[in-house]
Amino acid sequence: MFIERHSVGQVKPRRFVFGSQEDPLVLDSGRALGPVELVYETYGTPNQDHTNAILICHALSGDAHAAGIHDPHDKRVGWWDNMIGPGKAFDTERYWVISANVIGGCKGSTGPNSTNPATGKPYGSDFPLITIGDMVAAQKRLVDHLGIERLFCVVGGSMGGFQALEWSLRYPENVHSVICIAAGAQLSTQGIAFNAVGRHAITTDPDWQDGHYYDTAGPVRGLASARMVAHITYLSEISLNNKFGRRLQSADRLSYDIHHEFAVESYLNHQGTRFTERFDANSYIYITKAMDYFDIARTYGPLKEAFAEATARFLVVSYSSDWLFPTAQSKEIVRALIATDRDVSFVDIDSPHGHDAFLIDIDQLTRVTSAFLDGSQRSQPIARRSSAG
Amino acid sequence: MQDDRRQVNYVNTLSQTDWDIIAAIIPEGAQVLDLGCGDCALLGELVARKHVRGRGVDIDGSRLAGGMALGLPVYQGDLDEGLADFADKAYDYVILNQTLQVVKNPQIVIREMMRIGRFGIVGFPNFGYWALRAGIFFGGRAPKSPALPFEWYNTPNIRVLTIRDFRAFCREENLRIVAEYDLIMNKWRRHLPARLCANLLAHIGLFVVTRNGDRVV
Repeated sequence: MFIERHSVGQVKPRRFVFGSQEDPLVLDSGRALGPVELVYETYGTPNQDHTNAILICHALSGDAHAAGIHDPHDKRVGWWDNMIGPGKAFDTERYWVISANVIGGCKGSTGPNSTNPATGKPYGSDFPLITIGDMVAAQKRLVDHLGIERLFCVVGGSMGGFQALEWSLRYPENVHSVICIAAGAQLSTQGIAFNAVGRHAITTDPDWQDGHYYDTAGPVRGLASARMVAHITYLSEISLNNKFGRRLQSADRLSYDIHHEFAVESYLNHQGTRFTERFDANSYIYITKAMDYFDIARTYGPLKEAFAEATARFLVVSYSSDWLFPTAQSKEIVRALIATDRDVSFVDIDSPHGHDAFLIDIDQLTRVTSAFLDGSQRSQPIARRSSAG
Repeated sequence: MQDDRRQVNYVNTLSQTDWDIIAAIIPEGAQVLDLGCGDCALLGELVARKHVRGRGVDIDGSRLAGGMALGLPVYQGDLDEGLADFADKAYDYVILNQTLQVVKNPQIVIREMMRIGRFGIVGFPNFGYWALRAGIFFGGRAPKSPALPFEWYNTPNIRVLTIRDFRAFCREENLRIVAEYDLIMNKWRRHLPARLCANLLAHIGLFVVTRNGDRVV
């Protein structure tokens, strides 16, 4: 693939293993996990005192591959390639950008499809339930390992926004700024409800086999249905209508056939099938559970008291047509931060693209994030990199 | 909020701008909320000159990026919808400079600012200025002046008020005028007898108001 000028180019995923038997990762559930492997990527280079590090947190179906390409023949770039690179919002000429796959995931970091050291087989549903806090605790080990005392910024959209908020509360001393995009202080009832439908589709698929399916193809039909439902929640009524309307898939007239008649049906079907090629059903269950559990008020007390402990400066961004994480949920965070006199900025970006807008409508997001990062350097200046170029 | 740079340019040719007046009013280290802050240029000045702790509110997120780059906290919101995310008496001063005339619900905006702040600073173009009256009376055309350079069809200034209107409004709203600055010719006047003829002679009125019953410190 042609590498554009503002790309980070070819990148290589790295591995970090921690959590030996003596020092496992103790999860919020009380269970211990170890050894733990994290797959991560970095873009840009660290300055001398490692004060220019930005941690990118991915959403439910994302992974560590946020920018650039793995192989010169790759057709696809990382999921936030339009935001990360030289001269982009997360400018790799100034910042050292780090992106790690969450635990519980299926892209290399320890998750249900990893080998259970106790049995020598994949964990399957024996994998312990994890929380957003556990994901962040694992990231903290990586950040320590990389020699970063204080992250210049932690940023994420959707579930990534949960992680960014969690960082500011779990490790307030280790975060200078937080950018929380299209998220909230908890997953809404509606969000839990959609996740429940997705998990139901997987666990009622006979091929799920109670989560121990790794010697077979697994519950691909259930997983595809889960993705189809979830995908609708990432779009908006207007974006669906603009993209498909009531257009028919292949004929000019109704065929009165029970199979996909409308363009939107075959689109969703395609999305569902493609998802099963890259995602593990158990990971889908574990990660959606972690999202369901996320509730700052439950873990840290009423929002005003919870955020009184945070020391970071915040940028909270919502998108006007996002109905999975509506603007009101972002404002709930902002209100609590204002009430506790925290340094918080709030922007609601006008977009027709629903929840997925943070991956698509990046012009305004670029403008505000780069301004916010510039402004964040006033209170914590970043030393220029020692080596020229 | 509004984008009337021409007006700002006019004021900036004065030896003392409205920003200078505002900076003189606000005490060192005050908590300040600027409504309709645009790119936070005024707030940035107040931070530099008076070391205020400030926050800016504007409807235009792109312009707010200017404030963010200065390291200022900003909030994107529509003043006409109120400011429910801000607590009562959270700020020492709430500024509404050259914004009153562009909002749809001035009464709601002023009530909100007086709920949030102990003092309000309100600056607006005076439509009672003699040349505007003369323009309507003799020319029969909608008002225009150096401070109001727009045509009727493209003006952001949808609220037409005079200095006397605002004084009366303060009485009705039970607000006490702590200070009034009137821009007459190219000088800001705050004392009698200039105030008596300000409604006729002033381009701009700038008021410091507070709720009756609040103690002035």
